[in-house]
Amino acid sequence: MTGHFGKPQRKNPLARTRQPLLPPAARSRRAHELTAAAAEGRFALQRCGGCGAFAYPVREACPNCLSADLILADAPDTGFVLSVTAAEVPADNYFRERAPWRVGLVQFDCGPTALCHLHAACTTGIPVQLFLKLDKAGQAVFFAAPREGKFDMADDPQWRELTADPRHRRVLITDGRHPVTGSLVARLREAGAGDIFVGVPEDWKPFAGREALERHEGVNLLPLDVTSETSVADFTRDYGAKIEIVINTADFVRPGGILASGQINPTRDAMEVIVFGMMRLAQSLAPVMIARGADGAAGAAAWVNLLSIYAEAHSPGFAAYGATQAAALALSHALRAELGAGGVRLINVLSGPTESEWFQPLQQPKVAHKAIADAVVDGLRRGLEDIYVGDVAKDLHQRLKTNPKAVERELGRERP
Amino acid sequence: MTSPVLCALQEALVGGAVEIVDLTQTLSPDFPTIVLPPELGQSAPVRIERISHYDGSGPAWYWNNLSFGEHTGTHFDAPVHWYTGRDLPLNSVDCLPTRHMIAPACVIDCSRSAAADADFLLTKAEVLSWEAAHGRIPAGSWVLMRSDWSKRSGAAYANLAADGAHTPGPDAEVMEWLVAERDIIGFGTETIGTDAGQGGHFHPPYPAHHFLHGAGRYGLQCLTNLDRLPPTGTMIIAAPLKILHGSGSPLRVLALVPRG
Repeated sequence: MTGHFGKPQRKNPLARTRQPLLPPAARSRRAHELTAAAAEGRFALQRCGGCGAFAYPVREACPNCLSADLILADAPDTGFVLSVTAAEVPADNYFRERAPWRVGLVQFDCGPTALCHLHAACTTGIPVQLFLKLDKAGQAVFFAAPREGKFDMADDPQWRELTADPRHRRVLITDGRHPVTGSLVARLREAGAGDIFVGVPEDWKPFAGREALERHEGVNLLPLDVTSETSVADFTRDYGAKIEIVINTADFVRPGGILASGQINPTRDAMEVIVFGMMRLAQSLAPVMIARGADGAAGAAAWVNLLSIYAEAHSPGFAAYGATQAAALALSHALRAELGAGGVRLINVLSGPTESEWFQPLQQPKVAHKAIADAVVDGLRRGLEDIYVGDVAKDLHQRLKTNPKAVERELGRERP
Repeated sequence: MTSPVLCALQEALVGGAVEIVDLTQTLSPDFPTIVLPPELGQSAPVRIERISHYDGSGPAWYWNNLSFGEHTGTHFDAPVHWYTGRDLPLNSVDCLPTRHMIAPACVIDCSRSAAADADFLLTKAEVLSWEAAHGRIPAGSWVLMRSDWSKRSGAAYANLAADGAHTPGPDAEVMEWLVAERDIIGFGTETIGTDAGQGGHFHPPYPAHHFLHGAGRYGLQCLTNLDRLPPTGTMIIAAPLKILHGSGSPLRVLALVPRG
């Protein structure tokens, strides 16, 4: 067993910062079906459309009836441990640095047997809960934890490698004016985050939540404007190497169709904040985060973007916003690939229209900012990549998978 | 051919009898700009993005791309900026008569009143009292309202509250009177606008803009160093950028100030 994950000691300035290594990443194209499930936090396996058997490893044909009709489906996430091995001197450098590393064969209740990363409390024969996780290389792996007994999963070092738990990590929230900030700070404090840096663009303009934020211990309000190269660079010079989690909340919502007069300027402003802003942040902060991906027990771990479902499904009533969100989503995939070199994960949180003033006339259901904050912290704790918050976002995301034209036509009727 | 006037000026500048005072704030991303309700069109802020800095993007040279609204930093308002001046001839910065770019200035010190009351308003009575001490404002002069507001920065400079900005400025009566009765060339302030922070609630709203530009006169705002100017005797050099149909522009404002 491992002990409680206490606050890591401050870094020894005489010691070299360990470079991030990644676990082996080779996967077949079909194996990435599991990556997709792990990215959303689902436990899913290939299931045969013919006989209903679950299959693992990922195959081209059902091992039971040879049907090629294998489709990823949510699977029962329980099993029991057949064997336990602790690799004391693994051949792979990533695992050797973290040895002993515990793996074991687990018999899934739904049929297959698979090699899983094991929670420290796993012993042969016990019933386990199964998880499909993304490892530091961004690949889907199985993790098994005991079903009985009380554990704080964040105490397990192997689990921590598969997540981006905010405990003891220092967090940057890029735009303190976003109405999610108060809830986000509260959730992060509850989750045991270290210092929280809150960026304030245009520091000379007051905003409602400022005093409440300043009252939080460990919360530092600092000038940061993602639309200014100088501001982002100056911020990074002071704090770039002190941030393990970035939560990019910078947003710029303006309703309106593309034919409305004067739409170019707010569209450009939105691009400046949402797209170029992310790029400026990335150019300044990402290199140091990549370099610090294995910097101690609470090294750089995650970059979270708060995006809108309009990034995937484009409402003509928010035409410019949708275009900007789509661009940001595209950019985030590039950033994810870059951050991956350091084992830093990128999490996109896509929500439907929120309780923001800019969505005021829209019909319910709208997403409460508290729900977004909950989703962010949950995503960090579970190490997710793609999170959809609220009924509207979930519904649109699902419908886009099956009938994207219907989504386009139906949203098209909502034009202003 | 030599001009005795220019020779004398040259001598005064070299000898220090005339000092050049810079009345310009540094054009920077952090300097506050006018705040309007967010559903209205907004001024772009000042942004400076590097093209190269003796690096891979340009090994031997350093340069930047600039972007900003016409009304950012220390800037000039042309008559076309306001609807009242929209139909006047020569109303945009590209056709501003060059003779208007150099003009005398009267500096009215309101710094004590502004320190005591952020909403301080310059009135006709106060200008008349200034004239009693310093003489009548000559036609064609700039009237510069010294408030020492430029000594503030950031939030204290913008001084925004839930009911808008609270910064000093002129009242409606004095603006109409300065334009009509004193024939000033323009009005300058140290604050973000020529109007007071609460000027939108005056009658007419934004009276400095209304009366100045309606009569083809100019505005200067975000000035600094007005405390280094004497009440009279200063010449102002204010040449905005020559922007096609421009309503205003950031500019360098210089004052020629007699010394000794």
